[in-house]
Amino acid sequence: MHELALCQELIAEVARIAAAHDAVGASRILVTLGPLSGVEAPLLERAFLVARAGTIAEAATLEIEQQPLSVRCTVCGAKSEVTPTNLLCRTCGAWKVEILEGDALLLKSVELLVETAAEGKPADPNTNAETTSAQLSNGLGESHV
Amino acid sequence: MCESCGCAGVSHESHVHGESSRHSVAVFSDILRRNNDQAAHNREHFTEHGVLALNLMSSPGSGKTSLLEATIDALGDVFRIGVIEGDLATENDARRIRAKGVPAVQITTGQACHLDAEMVHEALHHLELESLDLLFIENVGNLVCPASFDLGQHANVALLSVTEGDDKPAKYPVLFRAADLILLSKSDLLEVLDDFNPALAEQHVRALANPAKILQVSARRPETLTPWLQWLRTMWDTRYGDARKAAGTTAAVSAAAE
Repeated sequence: MHELALCQELIAEVARIAAAHDAVGASRILVTLGPLSGVEAPLLERAFLVARAGTIAEAATLEIEQQPLSVRCTVCGAKSEVTPTNLLCRTCGAWKVEILEGDALLLKSVELLVETAAEGKPADPNTNAETTSAQLSNGLGESHV
Repeated sequence: MCESCGCAGVSHESHVHGESSRHSVAVFSDILRRNNDQAAHNREHFTEHGVLALNLMSSPGSGKTSLLEATIDALGDVFRIGVIEGDLATENDARRIRAKGVPAVQITTGQACHLDAEMVHEALHHLELESLDLLFIENVGNLVCPASFDLGQHANVALLSVTEGDDKPAKYPVLFRAADLILLSKSDLLEVLDDFNPALAEQHVRALANPAKILQVSARRPETLTPWLQWLRTMWDTRYGDARKAAGTTAAVSAAAE
């Protein structure tokens, strides 16, 4: 049961991002989990309720997005959807495959509560919704905070 | 998007206005970023000091400490060995290692089921890395949680004792997929066990797309340890052999490895 330790890491990361944006709280945390991450979504959800108490994420909800598990065969080149205990190529049966996706343990986005300095103007131009959705659709892997 | 404040909230009513607004921030960072950063720092320490760091993972009772004792007996004159022991409680394992004349730091995790990079970093303050060639980190006996936490090791070694069942890799895929070497320990018992098939164990490991070598070892039969000891020497030599030779400090290490 390392989900509690993971939640504490997750909340520490959220706290760091909140501080960088002068936020007073976090309202929504979105994470992506792959079947090979070693983390179970229901356990993470329960641990989150314990870990968030007394933190900046106290009132936050946790949303978990499950990542599919797929591999590419390095022998025949085929892509397969697979299961965690059987990663073999579904076309030729080879075990020499590379993971395309399915091992993610990602904090994808955080919705922050920011005290508004002037009405209708976000405190930080980098945090407005247009920037966010553009980055989400680009699937950028890097943090911009 | 809320049109009143430009925030990412869907409806204006759903959030408080005037005092605070909601802003969605894309992050895309590993949840374990902090641990991973610390692990990278540990790894730099090891590499700078020419120390090969290995993370030993297995279920409790699979023979990690016995394997280390036998390894120290076999290689103690060749490599300067250090050990970090992880357990929920007691100094027992560290005592066993110290009795072999090797420095050992015991981490007692309380109720924590795994070691993390921070715990290992603290333990490093009690070890002199400059006087070590090999550092074994014996993780808490557990086939689940240790797999998720990078400690800064150069390689993962998983032990699977032949008393456990050859389908363990299928039952604990995350850990066995992460292993760079798999040791079937207590192999001397294979002759009296009819329910452990090493070929099946290997099949389960390959089904995880893991090309790791699988070796049979028994701490009670030192002659079975040869491939494991050779693996250690090759790992160390590949990483540091040339640098050590170039520096002229050939000492016992390179001599014995040749």
